[in-house]
Amino acid sequence: MWEYSDKVREHFFNPRNSGPLEEANGIGDVGSIQCGDALRLMLKVDPETEIIQDAHFQTFGCGSAIASSSALTEIIKGMTLDQALEVSNQNIADYLDGLPPEKMHCSVMGREALQAAIANYRGEEWSDDHEEGALICKCFAIDAVMIEDVVKANNLNTVEEVTFYTKAGGGCAACHEGIEEILAKVMAERAGPGEVSPPPACPATPEAPKPPAKKLSIVEKIAKIQEVLESVRPMLQRDHGDVELADVQGKKIYVHLKGACSGCMMEAATLGGIQQKMIETLGELVQVLPSSHMPVDA
Amino acid sequence: MEPIYLDNNATTRCDPAVVEAMLPFFTEHFGNASSIHAFGSEVGKALKKARGQIQALLGAEHDSEIIFTSCGTESDSTAILSALKAQPDRNTVITTNVEHPAILTLCEWLEKEGYIVHKLKVDKKGRIDIDEYKSLLNDRVAIVSVMWANNETGTIFPVEEMAELASAKGIMFHTDAVQAVGKIPIDLKNTRIDMLSLSGHKLHAPKGIGVLYLRRGCRFRPLLRGGHQERGRRAGTENSASIVGLGVACELAMQHMEEENTTVKRLRDKLEKGLLSQITHCFPTGDVSNRLPNTCNIAFEYIEGEGILMLLNKVGIAGSSGSACTSGSLEPSHVMRAMGIPYTAAHGTIRFSLSRYNTEAEIDRVIAEVPPIVAQLRKLSPYWSDKGPVANPEAAFAPTYA
Repeated sequence: MWEYSDKVREHFFNPRNSGPLEEANGIGDVGSIQCGDALRLMLKVDPETEIIQDAHFQTFGCGSAIASSSALTEIIKGMTLDQALEVSNQNIADYLDGLPPEKMHCSVMGREALQAAIANYRGEEWSDDHEEGALICKCFAIDAVMIEDVVKANNLNTVEEVTFYTKAGGGCAACHEGIEEILAKVMAERAGPGEVSPPPACPATPEAPKPPAKKLSIVEKIAKIQEVLESVRPMLQRDHGDVELADVQGKKIYVHLKGACSGCMMEAATLGGIQQKMIETLGELVQVLPSSHMPVDA
Repeated sequence: MEPIYLDNNATTRCDPAVVEAMLPFFTEHFGNASSIHAFGSEVGKALKKARGQIQALLGAEHDSEIIFTSCGTESDSTAILSALKAQPDRNTVITTNVEHPAILTLCEWLEKEGYIVHKLKVDKKGRIDIDEYKSLLNDRVAIVSVMWANNETGTIFPVEEMAELASAKGIMFHTDAVQAVGKIPIDLKNTRIDMLSLSGHKLHAPKGIGVLYLRRGCRFRPLLRGGHQERGRRAGTENSASIVGLGVACELAMQHMEEENTTVKRLRDKLEKGLLSQITHCFPTGDVSNRLPNTCNIAFEYIEGEGILMLLNKVGIAGSSGSACTSGSLEPSHVMRAMGIPYTAAHGTIRFSLSRYNTEAEIDRVIAEVPPIVAQLRKLSPYWSDKGPVANPEAAFAPTYA
């Protein structure tokens, strides 16, 4: 269970302003059932003064999503619409004495719902902003504009932080590269012209695969096999054992285990160790087997 | 009000007899089992006894087939990596897409390393397709690893039959039996299972002790190399107190096996029926006719699991959820998604896993407490109205963006 502040718990156990608001004249729906978080914010706005007289919510989501929704309604009641538009997700989190970093996306959902509800009241197409941006995270349907907004508003620096605040990148991770590009762009803007911005702290993509190793000739391969055997022999000789190359047949390397190594209880472990070294040195999967396993006609 | 613990698939409480058996191994019998003196040999004898107790529960042919590890995850990793290292001419692993992360995360890493991993799909009840499985068995497969029972739904897989099929093609077979051991009868000597993982803390032994069963004659490469403990198959000083505890826990599990399948199962069924009869729009997931006797996983539609758990916790009831928000991942349980459970239900699954310590009175209280909690959260949900779920939830609740 997450470590929630007392205020988060209080707003979850006793949510304020929950349920439908019959007289609502501004409604903002955000989130989706796929994402696991959905919020409907309902506002009753006085048309004369543009003051939010009442605010209710319905939320499908975790404890912090419900608490964030409850907090949001408490924060905005009595505000004018212009004042409410200044409410940030951080204001919601602060009101609750903080949220776990991984749950910051709940506060972002609250802010988004507020913007959507006000746009709905004003008869505006609030969704336009998001439709402008390319879809970055397909798992959670988060677009570039939203990520950029949240990165700027919350001064984010890493892919992990973006995931905590938006959920983007929290699924298959295929979009991490796209998130990094947005981070790099915002960080360059922050740094200003002529200044060098630091690279994003969290590398999103694995290192480029190493180029395939050059294929060894049979002579080169045997030389490398001998190299490996020479490197382990002193260790075996200390225990009164030894090893010698018997034959190489394709990917199978046959060795003679001698002295104490022959018939030793640890024979399998010894061969396994040599095999591991062989694989690492040759750069290919090979099998190291005792000479007793050699085909009879070999 | 006494708290009620229904999260036994996560971990179990140590049986008092297990704790009692362990205590002298922290004080009086503190020797190193590898030492030759009396302090060590005393411990060595205790480990041998424990090995026999575990052998008996598993129905293993030889006590030397028992390798002590630190946990189920270590046993799983050892089994799969050993099979791949011991057979470098084979590069393929077959598993399922509902395995525990101990297997799935390892397999993701193996794929990055260039190995091929086939994950068998499951149907809506969490069952695999044996024909699909048969079609994948070939001489490139190093190992099949399939859990004996699923940790979320309790669904039991036909591992004995699958092991036979693998064996006929010369393929090693491993099963992660962490949830099954101690709950259902197991008799390894009459199967073709080559390797099996178990974890002590799932059967009333302490955390930090596991076992890898390794059939005699199987090719093996250790994961931990170093000292000669466990016949060179797992280096590291034995966790002797926990091993002794695990041995006792296995003996107790044998004694209580019938109780697991009668009393515990009856309580589980009572809980499930009690909840399903009082709460609309909820259903058990997995193969309810073929599952562990202690497990039921119920999907409560239109609400989210973490909220349920928080409210349950407030009234002293501990369960667990496949909900994303409880796990730190952001997606609902991979098991629910693999079974095609709709999103309206997948986020709201709660697993109740019982043990022999649960009582009838506890189950009665859970049956009384859960319905108002579900009702309370549904009242908050935009997918629920006074008349029940909104029709076509995704269309009715039409977000500006989704």
